[in-house]
Amino acid sequence: MSMLINALAPVFGDDMRVEAAQHPSAVACCTVPRERFAEAARVLKKTYALLAAEWATDETELGRGFCVYACYRWGREYLIVRSPLPSSDPRFPSLTKKFLPAYRFERQIQSLMGVEPTGHPDMRPWIKFEDWPQDAFPLRKTFDSSKPMKRLEGEYQWARAAGEGVYEIPVGPVHAGIIEPGHFRFQAVGEMVVNLEERLGYVHKGIEKKFEALTWREGVRLAGRVSGDTTVAHALGYSIAVESMEDSVIPERAHWLRALYLERERIANHLGDIGAICNDAAFAFMLYQLSRLRELVLRTNSALFGHRFIMDRVLPGGVAVDLDARGKRLILSELEAISKDFEKVVKIYEESASLDDRVRDTGILTPEKARELCVVGIVARASGLNLDCRIFNPFPPYDQYDRLELDVPVKITGDVHARTWVRVEEVRESIRIVRFIIENLPEGPIAADIGDPGPDTMGFSAVEGWRGEIIYWTQAGPRGEINRCMVRDPSSVNWLGLEQAIPGNIVPDFPLCNKSFNQSYSGHDL
Amino acid sequence: MIRILRQIFRTGIVTEPLPPAVEEGLIRTGARLEEAIRRRFSRSLTIRQVDAGSCNGCELEIHAINNSFYNCERFGIHFTASPRFADMLLVTGPVSHNMEIALKRTFNATPTPKLVVAVGDCGCNGGIFGESYASLGGIGKVVPVDVYVPGCPPTPVALLNGILAAVDGRTGK
Repeated sequence: MSMLINALAPVFGDDMRVEAAQHPSAVACCTVPRERFAEAARVLKKTYALLAAEWATDETELGRGFCVYACYRWGREYLIVRSPLPSSDPRFPSLTKKFLPAYRFERQIQSLMGVEPTGHPDMRPWIKFEDWPQDAFPLRKTFDSSKPMKRLEGEYQWARAAGEGVYEIPVGPVHAGIIEPGHFRFQAVGEMVVNLEERLGYVHKGIEKKFEALTWREGVRLAGRVSGDTTVAHALGYSIAVESMEDSVIPERAHWLRALYLERERIANHLGDIGAICNDAAFAFMLYQLSRLRELVLRTNSALFGHRFIMDRVLPGGVAVDLDARGKRLILSELEAISKDFEKVVKIYEESASLDDRVRDTGILTPEKARELCVVGIVARASGLNLDCRIFNPFPPYDQYDRLELDVPVKITGDVHARTWVRVEEVRESIRIVRFIIENLPEGPIAADIGDPGPDTMGFSAVEGWRGEIIYWTQAGPRGEINRCMVRDPSSVNWLGLEQAIPGNIVPDFPLCNKSFNQSYSGHDL
Repeated sequence: MIRILRQIFRTGIVTEPLPPAVEEGLIRTGARLEEAIRRRFSRSLTIRQVDAGSCNGCELEIHAINNSFYNCERFGIHFTASPRFADMLLVTGPVSHNMEIALKRTFNATPTPKLVVAVGDCGCNGGIFGESYASLGGIGKVVPVDVYVPGCPPTPVALLNGILAAVDGRTGK
């Protein structure tokens, strides 16, 4: 029995039912009446659990109404708490006052599913823009997603700061660099930011709705395009969730190759990020050196796996391309070269006093705030939260920890330097893991046939992409088709971290702070 | 400082000639191209990149054409922060419903004559996202496009080739 279920059981008694349709069954799922949905959050908060995700489903095709879900994480455990809601009155008690990340999850639930969180302090729409028709709820089954959306009048209501000398800087959605669109609104006094408000949703492409029109096999291509820089991890998360619904057995070699792709994705993105962070502190040397190393990784990917980002190479059932002896040699010699140059430029980073001055004590996300916001991934590990699905929810092959031992860096200062340094140490660790995988790659097939999920089953996965924990939750409809595919990119929670880290910093430090978080707009907006 | 200089000199120049197919194209259009850039764009082509709803895959490869291997600046191509200074919009897509107005405004803020290059499968025709309540499809549905660069995402070489094609007046339609 799980620790979290044990915490709920005495309080809820007969009001709680443990669900059998959840796969893997190791991730417990229990149903509580909706009036006690928030009470469950209160009990779990006392056990130091964190909120990982919250979402709603339209289960009318399964002969039910709506349903709201909250996924909690504590140490190695995940627990999903759900409450069915009648179609005639789709409301549930808000969790926002217990868990801060629910703030945006619930606005999103209200905006896209039309299920109302009662007691939520801020009911402005999220992702849905004011110029959408009020009654357009794309995730409802009754919504026709093929028609273009009507455009009405409407303006977003911004939070305002007032007082002598307070002024406002609107930035975006089209930014100055080659990055994704989003809007940031700063209230500043002189150089100092007193408040930052993010407005996202510009790249909402209807991904979750689109999944419902695809077969389970086609879905993986879409998952690979949720966030282009995290294509391997998203395809992997989706695949593991789908495989879990059928209790499929995946060949051992496929697991190891997946980990190889995943770590190579991590190396490539971290190299790019470290360079870009330094560049935003006007130290272009690092950018050019590290983007050269990054390019080397991408070229090897292209030569061995047929795609620079290894897109569409992870599939439900296994992987699409194998690695031969020549490939192993190529990767080893590439890593040799990269790691030598990487150590040299890291040394230069460490010894540059002017860079040090910019990155230290800038954009601090304190460990207390990080915990309150339930942030994940590099952002969490730079602020003292020791979270990594490869260790705490090990998916194969990381579950063989007697063999594949991981040493994940955790810093407590929560500043730009900490987030950079976590990346530096992760590059070293990933290089070590890739070498280990190559030396210990088991023989055998690289893919297996997997069956389609049965009707009304639920699948779950949590994988550690380079940004952090990615959660997929899938639900099959009455004919075994995709009824719902919930995607929780790390950005869905980490964007709140950026908003909280900025006040007190000077305006010109924003790009530097933003780059050190480097969250995905597309993964958030879906 | 001495370490920085040593690393720079030891790395040397890694910028490569483009692969033969592209190189050939370059030679073919070479003189004309340089002439075109000189005449039309005062020796340099300034690009404003606009993400109208992409998954960020295309942006990574657009970044890559700036790295020292591809070094797009040697052709007089560089990126600007404002559409007011731009000769060309490099747009990735699909155009999301929520970005439609911003894309149109950016287009209108760019002085004529201007070129528009649609990047990626999604920028060409909406790709996997197609047309729906949230996605309007390819860039061409919202602003006039001069050259299409397919690929998911297009490689840096394909991107350079597309940009050069637009300058040269070749269309990728």
